Amino acid sequence: MSWTALLVLAAGAYGCKALGVFVGSRWSDEGVAARATLLLPPALLAALVVVQTFSSGSLFTLDARVAGVAAGAVAAWLGRSFVTVIVLAAAVTAALRALG
Amino acid sequence: MSHRPGDRVPAEVRDALAIGLAVGVFGVAFGVLAVANGLSALQACAMSALVFTGASQFAAVGVIGAGGSVPAALGSALLLAARNGVYGLSVARFLPPGRFRRLGSAQLVIDESTALAVAQPDEPTARRAFFAGGLSVFVCWNLGTAVGALGGGLLGDPATLGLDAAFPAGFVALLLPLLRDPGRRAAAIAGAVIAAVCLPFTSPGVPILMAALGVLPVLALERRGRPSA
Repeated sequence: MSWTALLVLAAGAYGCKALGVFVGSRWSDEGVAARATLLLPPALLAALVVVQTFSSGSLFTLDARVAGVAAGAVAAWLGRSFVTVIVLAAAVTAALRALG
Repeated sequence: MSHRPGDRVPAEVRDALAIGLAVGVFGVAFGVLAVANGLSALQACAMSALVFTGASQFAAVGVIGAGGSVPAALGSALLLAARNGVYGLSVARFLPPGRFRRLGSAQLVIDESTALAVAQPDEPTARRAFFAGGLSVFVCWNLGTAVGALGGGLLGDPATLGLDAAFPAGFVALLLPLLRDPGRRAAAIAGAVIAAVCLPFTSPGVPILMAALGVLPVLALERRGRPSA
């Protein structure tokens, strides 16, 4: 990969972030746009959870991650600490993979 | 608030450090893969500092390693990076005033910093969580990349440690407090369904972008004054 390609990627990735911050900074604190800024993170983060739990590339897969994330979700629901949630999810997933 | 010794580190800072450590292991894996796929160690480190969005970086070096063209690599990577722009809309309110500070802060807008920020109950805590998360991940991701690029895979595959499950589980934990609001709960359900439907048919990155459309029916229902969930 050339340095030129790398810098183009860096400019594009930073441009996405900066454009979002620039536009978001200009939106008022009331009205539909403000409400949208509150609704977008749960929509995207829930989508991210689905993708990170069930996908490999563009394939829908069921593997040890599902059990690990489910265990972590139950721990979170029960009010356990964030660190407990992520360690439990990793441990369950790793254990299932070790067992094959 | 109690004042046990364990409480001296605020919860959002502790959570940010935990995420950073998990990200660091993936940083090592990225450094190893980048060098194996033909990048120099310096390029791998520069990419982690300048691009700083993990999924895009893995996609870019993955396409290059599989013999793909540079435009294909850039296209795949930017599709994954685009969601940070949507996050930027939402975290802008937490960033410090002043154009230059905002433009500098923008580099830290990623999944982890956004999720940590929006999970907090008030703006000062959200701002602290954003910077704690962004900086913790930035430092660990870059250190990890350097270790992986220079020293090889000391820690092995993050998947063996189950760390690929740690992130979605962590995001579930950060999402839960948001789901008390009926509109945000509806948006989360819509986003999850859209992502699941798009996943088999679209390129990586697209399902998460499409999930943004899930807020439209919620906004429309709320404008009509109906319960939104």
